[in-house]
Amino acid sequence: MQFSSRRKKTGTSLQSELYGQHLQFYGQPPLENISLSEFETFAVERLKLLKTVESLGVSYVKLTDQYKSKLEKELKALNFPYSEFEKRRKDHISHFILRLAYCQTEDLRRWFIQQEVDLFRFRFGDLDPKQQLEFLHKNNLHYVTISSEEKMELKDQLINSSFGISGITVKEHEFYKVPFQDALDLVRSRKVYLKQGYAYIPHQDIVTIVLNDFRTRLSKALALTARSLPAVHSDERLQPLLNHLSHAYVGQDYSIQKNVGKISLDQIDSLSGKSFPLCMRQLHQALRENHHLRHGGRMQYGLFLKGIGLSLEQALQFWKSEFIRGKVDADKFDKAYAYSIRHMFGKEGKRTDYTPYSCMKVILSNPPSQGDHHGCPFRHSDPELLKQKLQVYKVSPSGINQILELVKGMHYQLACQKYFELTHNVSEDAAFSLNHPNQYFVESQKLLGGGKDVKREQETPQRLQENSAPRGPTAAQEVAANSSQHVAEMTEDLDSFFQDA
Amino acid sequence: MPSSDYDPACLPDLLPLYYRRLFPFSQYYRWLSYGGVQKNYFQNREFSFTLKDDIYVRYQSFSTQSELEKEMQKMNPYKIDVGAVYSHRPSQHNTVKSGTFQALEKELVFDIDMTDYDDVRSCCSAADICSKCWTLMTIAIRILDRALRDDFGFQHRLWVYSGRRGVHCWVCDEAARKLSVAARSAVTEYLSLVKGGDETVKKVVLTEPIHPFISNSLDVVKEYFSRYALQDQDLMGNKESVDKVLALVPEDILFLQEFEKEKKPEKRWKLIMTEAKRKQGTTKKGQYFEKEIMLQYCYPRLDANVSKGVNHLLKSPFSVHPKTGRISVPIDVSELDKFDPFSVPTISLICEELDRPRPSEEKETSEDAKEKEDEKDAAEKRKIRDYKRTSLAKYIKCFDQFLDGMARSWKGELLRKSDLQKEF
Repeated sequence: MQFSSRRKKTGTSLQSELYGQHLQFYGQPPLENISLSEFETFAVERLKLLKTVESLGVSYVKLTDQYKSKLEKELKALNFPYSEFEKRRKDHISHFILRLAYCQTEDLRRWFIQQEVDLFRFRFGDLDPKQQLEFLHKNNLHYVTISSEEKMELKDQLINSSFGISGITVKEHEFYKVPFQDALDLVRSRKVYLKQGYAYIPHQDIVTIVLNDFRTRLSKALALTARSLPAVHSDERLQPLLNHLSHAYVGQDYSIQKNVGKISLDQIDSLSGKSFPLCMRQLHQALRENHHLRHGGRMQYGLFLKGIGLSLEQALQFWKSEFIRGKVDADKFDKAYAYSIRHMFGKEGKRTDYTPYSCMKVILSNPPSQGDHHGCPFRHSDPELLKQKLQVYKVSPSGINQILELVKGMHYQLACQKYFELTHNVSEDAAFSLNHPNQYFVESQKLLGGGKDVKREQETPQRLQENSAPRGPTAAQEVAANSSQHVAEMTEDLDSFFQDA
Repeated sequence: MPSSDYDPACLPDLLPLYYRRLFPFSQYYRWLSYGGVQKNYFQNREFSFTLKDDIYVRYQSFSTQSELEKEMQKMNPYKIDVGAVYSHRPSQHNTVKSGTFQALEKELVFDIDMTDYDDVRSCCSAADICSKCWTLMTIAIRILDRALRDDFGFQHRLWVYSGRRGVHCWVCDEAARKLSVAARSAVTEYLSLVKGGDETVKKVVLTEPIHPFISNSLDVVKEYFSRYALQDQDLMGNKESVDKVLALVPEDILFLQEFEKEKKPEKRWKLIMTEAKRKQGTTKKGQYFEKEIMLQYCYPRLDANVSKGVNHLLKSPFSVHPKTGRISVPIDVSELDKFDPFSVPTISLICEELDRPRPSEEKETSEDAKEKEDEKDAAEKRKIRDYKRTSLAKYIKCFDQFLDGMARSWKGELLRKSDLQKEF
């Protein structure tokens, strides 16, 4: 892409073919010239879109009606409806700009890929079956179909492998035979029939395969993009904006300790009851009872404690004093456990400063097994045991029922939010969108500490609405010569947009 | 076969003998070089050694079989682990530019440990095993081996006894070695049915439809359930275990009175099955509880972390277990029901057998003669005569058969590669 001021080429024939379809795999980068201001506008608006995709994905189950209608609304509000040529061009260009900003680290890539995949899933699902097939063919995705004889032979297995497949479906619809490595999502959840290394996929599930394909291609592309980054960064016009774009997304990962030393060890017991999310409360209790925690629990709880402000010295003292009460003597602690605590604080080995686990990570990775106490209680505990625990923690019976309903619907973070509301005696509106155990702690402390910060929280949602369409174009009217001031304004805009308390 | 009394204190004396005369280096090298199809495959493989006094060294790598032999005979490791094939020689990883030293390939591996079944076995706990609970390993191998072969199409699966309380599986197909982290994780998830820790009472929940994988696994469990669970583990016998089982039965099942009256384990279980069948005809919820019980008590429990990582290190076949002295030997899956972990030779036994002349040595001369023609190296011949005199022989034979099976695929690969070259 070349950048100059205010010149726009009209679409070449390649482009008009590219934009003939709603959706694309972003295989080819845009070849035209665009203005600097359009560059900025497109990037910011796509980022807002992806941020919306992220927060909707946390609050609603993906692809339910609520999710779909909300996302549809956001797409329109941000000027992304993909039925017009111009908008598809914007889609194309903005995607590639954000690649530049988000290819640099593992975390950034992971986030970008996740949101782009979710967006793609929504848009692909919106196409009718004919359009879907057309898309597949246009993109050279010719999955092999199996013969009628083979279908009949495997009929019972096929029926029992996927939900919603009947004998009639087998007879009338296509089944694709794909190497299992290309259908990992279906394999992982055991929603497909496997034979001799091949997955037999009904047409209705082909979306999963396409998504996998999309994800893989994007991942490879980002790796390639990262290599050409130095050349892009040497362009002074772009560097500040790209830098700011990539810093704006993450929200908080609680890796930078803010209140080191403000918490004393003797406060932890009472804090665990008042301000810890259920997962950490459970871990703390298990630690006190057994004077020990296994590796998974030490990591999850230890990093959380680091996030709330425990210093390395405090952490060592905390763990040691507890372990000594158990079967571990002081020497063994220093030999076997102290190292890993120091490792958590980035003082050993690779010296990576590990970040406290987000809810996503706790829920999705490393499920607990026999003898473990880590994980998310709403996800990993037996509903009966969860109920008992909530009763012990004095949650009202109606509250417990609400929580269990949410758990049944697999809305684990919403269940935890409900737990927050019930234990802090606040109504639903004042709650935030929970995605991190340390966020839970911070919010709880704010509520229990004082009202000052609560006001700021309420302000930002309003500004969200104001900031979407109007400010973009007005900013674009600034003269390009004042680019640095301009970028500063743009970045301020981004800051306020992304200020999750 | 009795194992000579093993004393861990003797390891420093036994290990040198083992590594000089018994460890099957040529078979081991044959395995890990995979026919020489890929350049530097052996050279870029990571090994780790645990030496005396718990000294642990990683990133060991070797250029040739002879270098491997010399190093092992010099260091006499107490434990040997095998890791991944990297982008560069692991022993030189510090000289490589940061970020470019990467694990590229590794066998797909599984680790099944008896301690993970502590909540469902009553005969032993922790590191102990006995013939009663060993059936769990038999069931695990049957279920997983079938799935790896029939569902995933993996042909070359090596099952190994860990030396104390479990088994490992090494899937050596080329496709398996090239699997990404995401793929390994997906395969592991597919194979996992028992989920949850201490906080979870009901660890297996089945919903409609029952996937063919689950039905196939259940078929295996059913073969062993009566003898293993009802007799050996006395599931329906003592009150404590009965209560645990009943905790897994839905609340609306009313058969307790009849259950209490019935004392015979087989009949008690039959009651449960009958109730389950009746429920399956009616409501949709909790209808598969008798299957769920069988699976919770018998289905294999995998250590997912072992299988998911490409760079995870796992105990090597033919390594010694320092606590029990037993050699990690391959398990012959075709004779699975006959496998007895307590008759696996210990290092003390085989070292002792080395010194004893064996009567069957005379009978083997014709085989030896043929091998004399084939083997060029005198040391090789001696080595073969050595291990053949010990109880290790049949296990090395099993390993050889496994390697022969793989060799057929290597031949094909090498031919293909040379064909490609000729075309230029």
